[in-house]
Amino acid sequence: MNFPARVAMPASALLVLLLAAAWWQLQFHQHNVVDLARILQTPDMGAWLGYDELGRPVLDRLLVAVGNSLLVVVTVVSLSALIGVSLGMSAALLGGAWDAALVFIMDVFLAFPGLLLSIALAGILGPGIENAIIALTISGWVGFARLARGQTLSIRQQTHVAAARALGVGRAALLWRHTLPFLFSVVMVQMIFEAAGVVLAESTLSFLGLGIQPPEPSLGSMVLEGSRYMLVAPHVVLAPGLTIACMVLVIYISGQRLKDMVDRN
Amino acid sequence: MISWTLSRVAHALLVLVGVASVVFVLLRVLPGDPVELMAGESATPVDREAMAAALGLDKPLPRQWLEYVASLARGDLGRSLYSGREVTADIIESFPSTIMLAVCAMAVAVALAMPLGIIAALRANSALGAAASAFSLLGVAIPNFWLGPLLILVFSYHLGWLPVSGSGQPWSWVLPAFTLGTGMAAIQTGMLRQSLLEQMRGDCVLAAMARGLSRGQAVLRHALRLALLPVVTVLGLQIGALLTGVVVTERIFAWPGIGSLLVDAIYARDYPVVQGCVLLICVLYVTVNLLTDLAYRCLDPRIRLAGDTAS
Repeated sequence: MNFPARVAMPASALLVLLLAAAWWQLQFHQHNVVDLARILQTPDMGAWLGYDELGRPVLDRLLVAVGNSLLVVVTVVSLSALIGVSLGMSAALLGGAWDAALVFIMDVFLAFPGLLLSIALAGILGPGIENAIIALTISGWVGFARLARGQTLSIRQQTHVAAARALGVGRAALLWRHTLPFLFSVVMVQMIFEAAGVVLAESTLSFLGLGIQPPEPSLGSMVLEGSRYMLVAPHVVLAPGLTIACMVLVIYISGQRLKDMVDRN
Repeated sequence: MISWTLSRVAHALLVLVGVASVVFVLLRVLPGDPVELMAGESATPVDREAMAAALGLDKPLPRQWLEYVASLARGDLGRSLYSGREVTADIIESFPSTIMLAVCAMAVAVALAMPLGIIAALRANSALGAAASAFSLLGVAIPNFWLGPLLILVFSYHLGWLPVSGSGQPWSWVLPAFTLGTGMAAIQTGMLRQSLLEQMRGDCVLAAMARGLSRGQAVLRHALRLALLPVVTVLGLQIGALLTGVVVTERIFAWPGIGSLLVDAIYARDYPVVQGCVLLICVLYVTVNLLTDLAYRCLDPRIRLAGDTAS
């Protein structure tokens, strides 16, 4: 288990750092403080990224928004992986009618292209961070379920499982010691790519007004609010967009790295 | 082949019934009683009962489901809670704009990806190649709801080259199409680059060069055709992203399509319209996937044979 650690360590260090920064920022309660004298002011020493349309410091809001985004990402990806992998594995292991039913349900969920199901769900459930998490998880589990089902089926075909079975290893041990470890690295890679997708998905939801609600900052709604004033104050819209792009890029590249390592092993 | 096609079509129809059922369950199980919404807060219990009866909501759920599926099969999507217009009419009205935007975006994506992918593979060590590779990474990460306003800022406001929106003007499709197409172009560029690099290491380029063609000619005439196969697969997969991207892009540019209809209906809690738009997009998606599958089997005999022996 050396290979995931090489990526997971710096990635989680960065994650902890960002969350700490967001938490630290929250302590000052600056991100929602309206200062009408500073509306749309360009960056200065007090606020490195300037002020938004209500005179709130953009940097402070950005850090809290990144914290919110990561909170959604971590929750959605963990829940999706947990639900998806358990269902996918159960389909592969139990087979029969259960497998057929689950495969059909997966097909139905996959018939909703991209974000459509999440957008519709978030719309029906109503806006808010919890509902955004539910909406994104309901469309997120399918990918993991399909992956886990396929992987479990192919791992079960491998010689080491046949050997273990021939040696009289019990069902539970077969699952825990001879199937799950092989699934682990593949699911890790998928989780990282899913995280990049959820950063975009969550910000899209809040851009459409269906995610985290104002005045609480989120990356998507900051782009929306900023784009209304971009002709006079482009810095307000530039900061959150660049942040989303950087987050997705960093997550995506570490996913690629991890994938290369897993493939090589 | 015919029996395979029929079974695929039957499966697709079954999946669509499943999709309709998921939407049915969502709209009835989740919070927000439609009667409550339609009748308003001032309605008396008698009013509500009358309204529930009029909507058929007082019947048992399985019966409601059957009637719902039957009406969908007739193409009846109900009426908007607000305008009272038939949802089908609303959808037919806004559908052409969406298709136009999607087709333009796809065209822009392919037009960007072809040269960039070839440059990224052929000139991998030059600055130009590096830039093309960087585009394939950046384009994936940049959200389209940010790209759209940026394009407006640069090309409409600062340079004044292109109109912002309004489907009437001749060039008004350009910015929305680029907003939607850039992300897809990035993925296609990366795919083409990777698959060209693989083909360039293969025998076919070597053989062509042995016959006296230059490296560039060998790649363009021989490797490119082979390299395009995975790109075409990606194109098919991107239809899903395209159909969601339309929702966001239409929002930014006030483009009068299905996406705007859907988002406006979500804000207004106009459930029949939400349901109609979601179902239409799913039908479109499933149909395109089915056609892609069929086209593959017609085009590539290897898939046909492998599929037939497996099934």
